[in-house]
Amino acid sequence: MLRIEGLFLELDGRPILGGLDLEVAAGEIHALLGANGTGKSTLAYTVMGLAGYRPQRGRIYFAGQDITDRSVTERARLGLTLAWQQPASFEGLTIKEYLEIARQGEGTSPAIAECLELVGLPPASYLHRTLNEHLSGGERKRVELAAVLAMAPKLAILDEPDSGIDVLSLEDIMEVIRRMNRAGTTVLLITHREEFARAAHRASHLCAGRVLKAGEPEEVVRFYKENCKRCDHVNEPELERLEEQR
Amino acid sequence: MRKAVELGYSEEFAALARAYERSGGDPSALANPGVASLVVSGNRVLGLNSLPGLDMSAEELADGIKAHIAVEPGAIIAQPVHFCFGLLPEEGVQRIISHFKIGPGASVKFLAHCSFPNAVKVRHIMEAEVGKGAAMEYNEAHFHGPAGGAEVYPHARIAIAEGGSYRSEFKLIQGAVGLLEIEYDVHLEARAAAELVTKVHGKGDDRIKIKESLYLEGAQARGLVKSRIVLQERAQAEFTGEAIGAGPFSCGHIDCTEILGGTEAKAVAVPKLVVVDERAKLTHEAAIGSIDKKELETLMARGLSEEEAVEIVVRGLLR
Repeated sequence: MLRIEGLFLELDGRPILGGLDLEVAAGEIHALLGANGTGKSTLAYTVMGLAGYRPQRGRIYFAGQDITDRSVTERARLGLTLAWQQPASFEGLTIKEYLEIARQGEGTSPAIAECLELVGLPPASYLHRTLNEHLSGGERKRVELAAVLAMAPKLAILDEPDSGIDVLSLEDIMEVIRRMNRAGTTVLLITHREEFARAAHRASHLCAGRVLKAGEPEEVVRFYKENCKRCDHVNEPELERLEEQR
Repeated sequence: MRKAVELGYSEEFAALARAYERSGGDPSALANPGVASLVVSGNRVLGLNSLPGLDMSAEELADGIKAHIAVEPGAIIAQPVHFCFGLLPEEGVQRIISHFKIGPGASVKFLAHCSFPNAVKVRHIMEAEVGKGAAMEYNEAHFHGPAGGAEVYPHARIAIAEGGSYRSEFKLIQGAVGLLEIEYDVHLEARAAAELVTKVHGKGDDRIKIKESLYLEGAQARGLVKSRIVLQERAQAEFTGEAIGAGPFSCGHIDCTEILGGTEAKAVAVPKLVVVDERAKLTHEAAIGSIDKKELETLMARGLSEEEAVEIVVRGLLR
């Protein structure tokens, strides 16, 4: 579904993605693990094609097409979307309108009210609320997940969908992701949380803008815990040592 | 008191009602005897309907009208009072001088729709006295034609007595603005509250000048001035929001967002805070710039084109 080859991105003269290779198979939930500052969100923005995130080298293939030079809109219309770690606020736009925008492409996605129910937001209370800063961070994250459900894309990049969510609701959020996946959406799940990574079908560990290990989630989590947390990160890890342990 | 629509005026009334509908009004309200309304075309009063607890009268002037609107103490006017002001010819002047007196403990909401599909010069001068514990809401929406050339000067002086409240929303988002100069002064006694919201969409060579002032004179008086201005092409806007904190523990906030959609558009925002009593708290926030990139990209990541995303964001901001 998604193949990334030798992706290199420098921002303000600093290499953030350093020749990254990644493959996400159709139908899977693929967890992307990594500490702060290792390039996870940058990778998400680059795959989505956001302004300022054009790679200097490397190619991105999505659903069999080279999308490296495509616009955000074109990528979205091919069936790719991104749920931001810190979603935007919109003055004057209701949640209902926002979800309708997400749903307009395909007729096969769940009804808007159902999407809200699934993420734990009662439609009667939320449909007509404005998507502004008066929503809490956790509520806004849930609306973002509901938008992805409404869009029913081929591939959803979820950037830390668990952050800002209360501990008691984490399993519910994971269940939403599983449901999204069962309905046909491949998921690239960016997370710090080991239990989220373990619930994926496959996982990759990102460090210094490169995938150091990919495979079974349990194995990748172990690698992450045993090795990565000991290094300084911030894109200057002990790469040689880590490479040896791959 | 009800002034029936006179036969000779019926055609003009119908034309104005159509313009009223285009500006977002409900024309059926203008003919509904259960809804208070005032319909003015140029300097002619085409319809006037008062209700128990609400007394309205209008005097025709050479270039407009002079209206008196009084709400009896304690009267709660359940349905919004509809005002329809308009001028259909390409040239002309309409001066609306209105005086509102809202009795203590009364509550009323006005919906004013101003339709100027052709260029005219419009001067609206409003004075309002909101009594002790009374609540007044005044929403004004304008509909202008696409050609521009209109000149609109809404000026208001509002006095709010102890514990009273006043909320206004001025919207000019349909058609070309032309020249707009808003000047509102609001004086608040103890525990009075005011909220002034202005939403304007400038295009072409539109010129917009807004000055809104809150005089927080009483203890614990509180007020908000909020403006949302979108400027495209060569449109220019200057916003001045002023709060004077003279009452102890009074509280005022100025909030201005101006979005520029073209390299030739210009925006100026001037927040002015004057603390007279050191226990007053005044704050401001102003943002001038292009549309937030993250908002656009979020909508584009759902499949909208950039133009569609801009339209959605602007529509939300001006709603």
